[in-house]
Amino acid sequence: MSVLTIVQAINKALTEEMGKDDSIVLLGEDIGVNGGVFRATEGLYQSFGPNRVIDTPLAESGIIGVAMGMSLYGLKPVAEIQFLDFIYPAFDLIVNELAKFRYRTGGQYPTHIVIRAPCGGGIKGGMYHSQSSESYFIHTAGLKVVMPSNPYDAKGLLVASIRDADPVIFLEPKRLYRSVKGEVPEGSYTVPIGNASVVAKGEDVSVFTYGAMVHVALEAAKKADEKGISVEVIDLRTLSPLDFEAIVDSVRKTGRAVVVHEAPRTLGFGAEISALISEKAFLHLEAPVTRVTGYDTPFHYSLEEVYLPSVGKVLNAIEKTAGF
Amino acid sequence: MPTEMLQIVNEEGKSDSKLDPDLPQSELHKLYRTMVYTRAFDNRMIAMQRQGRMSFYAPCVGEEAAHIGSAYALKPEDWLFPQYREQGAMILRGISLEQLVSSLLGNRNDANKGRSFANAWGDRSLNIVHSSAPVGTQIPLAVGAAMAAKLRGDKTVTLAYFGDGATSSGYFHVALNFASVFKAPTIFFCKNNQYAVSVPIHRQLASKNVAVKAAAYGMEGVQVDGNDILAVYCVTKEAEERARSGGGPTLIEAITYRMGAHSTADDPTRYRRQEEVESWKKKDPIKRFRLYLENRGLWGEKEESDLWTEAENMVSEAVRRAEAAPLPTVESMFEDVYKEMSPALKEQLQDALTSRESR
Ligand SMILES: Cc1ncc(C[n+]2csc(CCOP(=O)(O)OP(=O)(O)O)c2C)c(N)n1
Repeated sequence: MSVLTIVQAINKALTEEMGKDDSIVLLGEDIGVNGGVFRATEGLYQSFGPNRVIDTPLAESGIIGVAMGMSLYGLKPVAEIQFLDFIYPAFDLIVNELAKFRYRTGGQYPTHIVIRAPCGGGIKGGMYHSQSSESYFIHTAGLKVVMPSNPYDAKGLLVASIRDADPVIFLEPKRLYRSVKGEVPEGSYTVPIGNASVVAKGEDVSVFTYGAMVHVALEAAKKADEKGISVEVIDLRTLSPLDFEAIVDSVRKTGRAVVVHEAPRTLGFGAEISALISEKAFLHLEAPVTRVTGYDTPFHYSLEEVYLPSVGKVLNAIEKTAGF
Repeated sequence: MPTEMLQIVNEEGKSDSKLDPDLPQSELHKLYRTMVYTRAFDNRMIAMQRQGRMSFYAPCVGEEAAHIGSAYALKPEDWLFPQYREQGAMILRGISLEQLVSSLLGNRNDANKGRSFANAWGDRSLNIVHSSAPVGTQIPLAVGAAMAAKLRGDKTVTLAYFGDGATSSGYFHVALNFASVFKAPTIFFCKNNQYAVSVPIHRQLASKNVAVKAAAYGMEGVQVDGNDILAVYCVTKEAEERARSGGGPTLIEAITYRMGAHSTADDPTRYRRQEEVESWKKKDPIKRFRLYLENRGLWGEKEESDLWTEAENMVSEAVRRAEAAPLPTVESMFEDVYKEMSPALKEQLQDALTSRESR
């Protein structure tokens, strides 16, 4: 057991899995000699060489297309997209090919690449280094979408993603890379894809969230607790396939739900969760489901604190929901 | 087919008299001033980022001749589509230093309303279309604007700047193909600074160089010494004349070097040797142009130190004014998403205003 950051936990997962399975190859911009712009692949080039840690030309369409081809041939590529904001040149390949390959070939050609991409705001990176565009991928049948919020889950979920049979979009909240530390076991373990986790137990209000917002929600829950409101915080961890039982169970208990994400509001994941709750737990609801989200504007550079959900905004929503 | 790289002024500042464009003294001074202003600006922005007064900056140290010489070859009505590392072209065209800093700080005086991070400069009144971080996206836009100018019967030329890394993006290839199919009056200006962050040029391409790619698309391709401002000016001028007279697009590859880090977030010692950096320092485009001016008796110690003092003072003044400006208003965050604010945005603006108060 050692105390690691998220970026170190990701590095560990890659190192250990690559050591066990030589069909795993990494592709991406600046991931080799430079060890990745966030250092997630630090040392891997030295350990596994240029044939398995491939610094690619600057073309996301090339990275994803080639990774898919490798997967068809039997390798297990893990592609890094330097920032989620730059994934769109490969969007056609992801949505039209990667997501549909198993389906349209009658199961003959399943592709199971992992696409790792740092996502989200909080680093003063402006609109092209801060986007939270998970909804595009969640909305696409055939893709799994994962977003860890702590080092333990980051390692376990990445190992699970690499071993999974389906394509996984593995989103890494970049502002947590070094700011969150935690104990991570040596050696391999998995955190199963498709399982949410209750990160704070509570009775009065359920907060559903994921990624960097888990920490904002926990902070708000603490403040709410001081005001006598007991808050349950659920880290969804996997966005697709969604653990809706965990959501419904919690709402059955509390009758009140707040959803928090930094992605824009309209058609953000909160919309789906809210709909699910009203479909599956309507009779348990004591208050309308509330969303605390990023706004429907591009991600603002100098007003990032205004844009992002804050502890204050989440606390406010918890209190309103509790007092409804 | 390009056979060799055009150079007019060598590293000792001696020019080839048959090729020297013989620009008047005042114009030579204007070019040199712009280069020095650009270097002074870069130095200060890097220092400000280190002091925590700015989140991020991408300097253009070493590449001044490539973008200033090419921008200088165009007319004010010609459109520039910058990448992000063309500070000198922005200064030459007339974006004020204060605007450049305000944009980096994202403050209320920024004409772009503080929304964009780092080096996203542009100005409609100067025919500079704001650069954007996603690599390569500006290249097809330059082709479209050129096609539109042609459709309208205007004599406007467009120029897209991009790096060697961008030549690997699909946008580059799509844009070159469209431009040559439609004989668009466009100049593709590749600043080959040898690196895309850490990735060296030989990992971007396996062709002989960037310029040869032009042949496959049926257009002229030339290589130029990107640290020789006069050579850059001459090849761009030729491309500009070709474009304006209906001869279609040109691909220019300017050979230069990113003397600094990719950005303030980058540590180049991880992927390149110091000897390599030192060898390029000898080719510093500003040093070379200064030697040229001195050799021609057009510059001396006194002019040099006066110019540096002036440039540094102007940058300081711009910084002082930019730092005095407040952040944009919360309201402004919701403007310009659409021409008219949508009902949802109006509601969200109210939410942002109330949350700010309760914070
Ligand atoms: C589509 C895309 N992918 C990745 C990035 C991250 N990135 C920013 S600049 C850069 C390298 C660009 O290299 P080059 O085109 O040679 O220009 P230079 O920075 O050397 O001037 C990379 C990979 C990006 N901005 N856009």
